[in-house]
Amino acid sequence: MADKVPITLTVNGTKHSVHVEPRTLLVQFLREHLSLTGTHVGCDTSQCGACTVHLDGMAVKSCTMFAVQADGSSVTTIEGIGEIGHLHPLQQGFWEMHGLQCGFCTPGMIMSAADLLQHNAKPSEAEIRHALEGNFCRCTGYHNIVRAVQHASGQIQNQAQAADD
Amino acid sequence: MYTAEFDYKKVSSVADALAALKAHPDAKLLAGGHSLIPTMKLRLASPSALIDVSSIPGLKGIRLEGDVIVIGAMTTHRDIEHSSLLKDKCPILPEQAALIGDPMVRNKGTIGGSLAHADPAADYPASMLALGAKMKIESSSGARVVTADDFFVGMFQTAVAEGEMLTEIHIPANTKSSAYEKFAHPASRYAIVGVAVVKHADGTTRAALTGAGASAVRLPKLEAGSISSLVSAADLLSDNFASAEYRAHLVDVMAKKALARV
Ligand SMILES: Cc1cc2nc3c(=O)[nH]c(=O)nc-3n(C[C@H](O)[C@H](O)[C@H](O)COP(=O)(O)OP(=O)(O)OC[C@H]3O[C@@H](n4cnc5c(N)ncnc54)[C@H](O)[C@@H]3O)c2cc1C
Ligand code: FES
Ligand code: FES
Repeated sequence: MADKVPITLTVNGTKHSVHVEPRTLLVQFLREHLSLTGTHVGCDTSQCGACTVHLDGMAVKSCTMFAVQADGSSVTTIEGIGEIGHLHPLQQGFWEMHGLQCGFCTPGMIMSAADLLQHNAKPSEAEIRHALEGNFCRCTGYHNIVRAVQHASGQIQNQAQAADD
Repeated sequence: MYTAEFDYKKVSSVADALAALKAHPDAKLLAGGHSLIPTMKLRLASPSALIDVSSIPGLKGIRLEGDVIVIGAMTTHRDIEHSSLLKDKCPILPEQAALIGDPMVRNKGTIGGSLAHADPAADYPASMLALGAKMKIESSSGARVVTADDFFVGMFQTAVAEGEMLTEIHIPANTKSSAYEKFAHPASRYAIVGVAVVKHADGTTRAALTGAGASAVRLPKLEAGSISSLVSAADLLSDNFASAEYRAHLVDVMAKKALARV
């Protein structure tokens, strides 16, 4: 076996110093070593975005990087952005606007949308769709996902209002 | 999916990267990993070691040196997309970067990784040819500079030889106007056909094609003023998404759209 490599990274605010095999993908490290199973593997071929997490604040596909590449970095997963009773505005938006059906794509959608809202607080519908190009949803038809992001960015209030639009 | 096993080494200088390449002849350089890791997962590549060059200081960033724009090989697509220097002096690169894959791909992928990989469907090779860019290639025996015309050798093949690495891209800051038109694969967003046209301050026009053939090429007919039958289908790729004849037709369409904007 290839030599294990020592790495130190912060995940959702907690520092971990561990030894990993170099070929361990970041998503495997999160799911299998840290039991953070909110981050999903949809395709494992860099296409679907279900595995999206933040690396030093930037959305990345955790199936397309090795844990060793995250050495010294700070990683945020869906578990790190809100909690029951204190949902992140995007989690609240998906809840309010019915932005999910099976929910498999949702963690990745939220992490991608969170990256968008960091540098564009009030994105247009076209900008939201463009920013979510790397996230596939097989259930919703995307419409309510876009509304969830509009809700989170304070551009629409609730389902009744959306229905009136 | 697990890749084959490999040793991992992160380096912090070009000299260290070149020394590691010499010590491990079947190692590969790791930049953003967004071509290499998918390839390794499919076991189409199983390097014995990965030399991570993504955080070498000095290989990231965009600067103006006289009338030449210097782009470090490890500059990400995201940084190219948002660079105000490039938007001002070389707008075709931010235009292309914004069309690469999706935001997560652009956050990790690098221009040097893309050029060294020379995927036939990659975007930048077309602009490199149309801009008249030069590539700085370094090895333990020194540095050399290769023109874009000599850089793209074939499918996944460039002038970068074993033991060498691409460190910088040099672009003349003489764009008068430019345009890139891409017919993207609807799922991957890679180019099925991409045409770049650049009008230079000295009055010349350069145009190049990517996606359609084994590697990016100049479009001499377009440069000479023609706007139809720019390439022959016999020279193009054919797959279940797009036949060679369809691609040849798309080249003319994309070229007309690009010309209308320069
Ligand atoms: C879903 C998806 C969609 C994509 N869509 C597009 C698209 O629309 N258009 C497009 O152009 N690309 C697209 N790409 C590819 C993307 O742009 C990659 O980032 C790029 O091709 C490779 O850059 P990298 O930095 O990730 O390189 P890596 O994957 O790290 O490396 C690629 C190859 O280059 C070698 N290498 C890396 N750096 C150097 C160097 N400095 N010197 C010599 N050799 C080096 C490596 O050893 C490896 O063989 C897509 C990728 C994905 C996953
Ligand atoms: S699981 Fe990572 S992109 Fe699909
Ligand atoms: S809600 Fe099922 S994949 Fe999006």
